[in-house]
Amino acid sequence: MSAKEQFTSEAMQYAPQLFSTALRMTRNRSDAEDLVQETYVKGWRSFHTFQEGTNLRAWLFRIMTNTYINKYNAKKRKGTEVELDDVEELFLYKRLGSIDQSQLSSSAEDQMLELFTDDEVKGALESLPEDFRIPVLLSDVDGFSYKEIAEMLEIPMGTVMSRLHRGRKAMQKMLYEFARERGLIVEPVTVEGTGE
Amino acid sequence: MPNCQETLKELELFLDSELPNARIQEIMAHLTGCNDCQGAFEFHAELRTIVRTKAKRDQLPDGFTDRLLACFEPQSESE
Repeated sequence: MSAKEQFTSEAMQYAPQLFSTALRMTRNRSDAEDLVQETYVKGWRSFHTFQEGTNLRAWLFRIMTNTYINKYNAKKRKGTEVELDDVEELFLYKRLGSIDQSQLSSSAEDQMLELFTDDEVKGALESLPEDFRIPVLLSDVDGFSYKEIAEMLEIPMGTVMSRLHRGRKAMQKMLYEFARERGLIVEPVTVEGTGE
Repeated sequence: MPNCQETLKELELFLDSELPNARIQEIMAHLTGCNDCQGAFEFHAELRTIVRTKAKRDQLPDGFTDRLLACFEPQSESE
């Protein structure tokens, strides 16, 4: 098998995953298509440096992540890291769990989650500032380990963990807002000024 | 065995498969006896599944695979 046949047969299977993540990264269809195409062009050009037996999928995602950061977001990289609001621990669980605890079993909470549409989940991910969005995408959507994400983004593992933690909480808050807007959740009646 | 606070603190590491086996066993032992923590873990595991499946259902655009394959042809190098 020629190198090209090998690359085509092994790398093309990842195109749908790369495209989904590219869409969440760029938040724009045409940029996502260009990003995936550029990833494959770069991947093919440097395929001779790929070590057989290592993870081709992680290698392609790394190329794509670097391409995105360097090209599509070069302007913004100069700025400082965007801060996220501090969101309470277990934000969504506490709220979905507290709707009516006597009536909601844990399976009912799971069904609540099913009510979120694809667009709402995508919207919640895409709402995250880039520094948080990329680690959350690479972990929650693509299933990469902390170590792999740290290598792709060239940041320490501790930074990966803290960005995942804060990014996920912010995403939960966004999902909660979507659920409230759609009337899936009726906020419990609270008396003004009692705190919480 | 870890208490509730220690268990919840490791929820993300647990769901991310980033804990050593011995610690996984300890967390599991706590969850078996604690409905509150078990509920929180199950909820977040389900949330992961929802995010993973629902954020991944994008169809490749028509003709996109062909466009990618064309990139490997020598004449497209000048693109």
